[in-house]
Amino acid sequence: MQAKTFEQGIHPCYNKEATASKSLKKVQTPDEVVIPLQQHIGAPCEALVEVGDKVQVGQKIGDSESFVSAPVHASVSGEVTAVGPVMTSDGSDTLAVTIASDGQNTLHESVKPKGDVESLSPDELRNIVREAGIVGLGGATFPTHVKVSVPKDKNVDTVILNGAECEPYLTVDHRMMVEAPDEVVYGLKAIMKMTGANRGYIGIELNKPDAIEEMEKAVSDEANVSVVPLEVKYPQGAEKQLIKACLDREVPSGGLPLDVGVVVNNIGTAFAITDAIKNGMPLVQRTVTVTGSAVKSPQNLIFCLGTKLEELIEQCGGTQGNVGKVILGGPMMGIAQHSTDVPATKATSGILVFQEDEVEEFEPKHCIRCARCVDVCPAFLLPVTLSKVAQADMITKLDDYNVFDCIECGSCSYVCPAKIPLLHWIRLGKAILTAQQRKSDE
Amino acid sequence: MSKGRGLIVTTSPHVRDEDSVTKIMYNVVLALLPALILAVRTFGLHALWLIITCSVTALASEALAQKLRGVKVTINDGSALVTALLLAMSLPPNLPLWVAVVGTVVAIILGKQIFGGLGYNYFNPALIGRAFLLASFPVLMTTWEKPFVDAQAQATPLGLMKMEGVATPYSDLFMGSVSGSLGEVSALAILIGGLYLLYKGYIDWRIPLSYLGTVVIFMTILGEDPIFHLLAGSLLAGAFFYATDMVTTPITKKGRWIFGIGAGILLVLIRIFGGYPEGVLYSIILMNMFVPIIDKYTVPTVFGEVAK
Repeated sequence: MQAKTFEQGIHPCYNKEATASKSLKKVQTPDEVVIPLQQHIGAPCEALVEVGDKVQVGQKIGDSESFVSAPVHASVSGEVTAVGPVMTSDGSDTLAVTIASDGQNTLHESVKPKGDVESLSPDELRNIVREAGIVGLGGATFPTHVKVSVPKDKNVDTVILNGAECEPYLTVDHRMMVEAPDEVVYGLKAIMKMTGANRGYIGIELNKPDAIEEMEKAVSDEANVSVVPLEVKYPQGAEKQLIKACLDREVPSGGLPLDVGVVVNNIGTAFAITDAIKNGMPLVQRTVTVTGSAVKSPQNLIFCLGTKLEELIEQCGGTQGNVGKVILGGPMMGIAQHSTDVPATKATSGILVFQEDEVEEFEPKHCIRCARCVDVCPAFLLPVTLSKVAQADMITKLDDYNVFDCIECGSCSYVCPAKIPLLHWIRLGKAILTAQQRKSDE
Repeated sequence: MSKGRGLIVTTSPHVRDEDSVTKIMYNVVLALLPALILAVRTFGLHALWLIITCSVTALASEALAQKLRGVKVTINDGSALVTALLLAMSLPPNLPLWVAVVGTVVAIILGKQIFGGLGYNYFNPALIGRAFLLASFPVLMTTWEKPFVDAQAQATPLGLMKMEGVATPYSDLFMGSVSGSLGEVSALAILIGGLYLLYKGYIDWRIPLSYLGTVVIFMTILGEDPIFHLLAGSLLAGAFFYATDMVTTPITKKGRWIFGIGAGILLVLIRIFGGYPEGVLYSIILMNMFVPIIDKYTVPTVFGEVAK
């Protein structure tokens, strides 16, 4: 089958060799977990526990009445030692529950099989997903039960599982597809049932031939699910680009995948849904690739949510050399950390640790109008123009150049020979424009 | 593991492509070498002196201008050298060196630095230098030397064609045994450099293709010999080296087509109906002028806009 793709984009160094063939490894239960009450896009949760409470694995410790939100659960059994603000990976202080583990990992009574995808109704399935606190595990952490609740005026015919994993270094979706293909397909079928879709696709980049093979096997009995091999190109896993590649449908500017009858979910999310249905296990652990030149023994880990970054790095043999940079997520869209004393959360798909001498800092030069940014932008924007307009503080003009269509993939900054942080300027302009528009709405 | 000490925090993306402005500039220099070497072989040592004079003057005036402007001196970035070599290529081989100095100073100061330096100029600086010289020293700038023979004047192939209706054989045009400016003597040498830049992705194929294509089409319609017009004069050099200057050409793909087609039409008009035998210089400079407006009206359709 011909590999499919979208237009434009870039070819960075993928650097996945260090972990691509390493099995997912469950890490030891940490002595303490710090679980932020907001690990998703939407309303933060309120704590359901107090200091001194005994909690068990899978017990709900935070929830919100808001629809766009997702509850959080205890990832270890033990005692609540603190409920208060902690610094999280985005640099903000967030309310969090600290639990000292008793080392027993006793399951909470609510953790029991919920039934079978065939017999459960779409509403029951959505409720299971909501109660399990499942969010998009690709990194965006949008509450999944919201995503699979299709409004009455929309019609979804296709669900796409995103197995592109186009960010360099990251290999957890790859490993999940190789090691648990049946669970992934089961989760996909659950999403199809929840959304009423009759077609399912699993898009996988060609650089994961073993994942393509395993997933092909797993879907061989399914009449309406198939694997779509994708060209290796960044940002192949961006939602709109993935839909374009798999179905040749273009999500309208400013619209959602729902507008073209599609729901996209991550591979890890599908697995989490399966776990929630089959075992009744809420989202209390996830997978993470810990890699980079400063990590002694790079690994793909399964960790309890709330484990500190430094503990996860220690689980991989610790660091070597002088550590210069720690990135959460991939090198294209990940967020640089100024401390490893922060908890890993539902959003943590990668921890990249680089040695100091390898960390390049770029001094921006003048733009030579080479237009490489224009040639690679997957949203067909003019990054150079947007960046110049934002820098000149002509914020309102950003809308004329469709700034809100920017998916912040960073391809423009990546190719810029003058090393101008184009995305940085665009993001900044976007934020200021959004704030101005909110203000004028009030 | 340090707890938050000394970690470098920057905005994403955290990795960058290896290409840099400097690397691009020196690759253009490399691409110009075949034509320059051939020029020295054809016209002798004075051609080499012209090239050296332009280069030294360009670097010195760039440094001086940047000092005066109070900005960082960046003569190592290769851009002034590119301008110098492009200007040298457009000069007649027996031009006095002091004239070359004047042209280069004008190219760097009036063509580039006065607008704010690299990236901010509207016109190709080398062409500004050449235009200035052509207007100021019309005789010196159009006195051509017969190749391989010192001090014997000969008209250029385009001049011969225009004034006397004499056609120069294709093979002479291709291999470089004709009179003309340093860089326009051999189509082959220009093609080698141009194809190298295309292969490396340092120039966009749309401009050379649309520029040359337009010339071929219109020359054929007008009953002229399109192959002669492709090979003669500085059209190939113009299409691959002058009209592809990133700073002074459109940033949009559609815009690059318009730029090339526009330059092609202007070139045909000048060569066939104009007073000059050659029109590459003005065809490109005039199109440079339209770049902001071309960019403005060729903003690409964003992803998903059609489906709205």
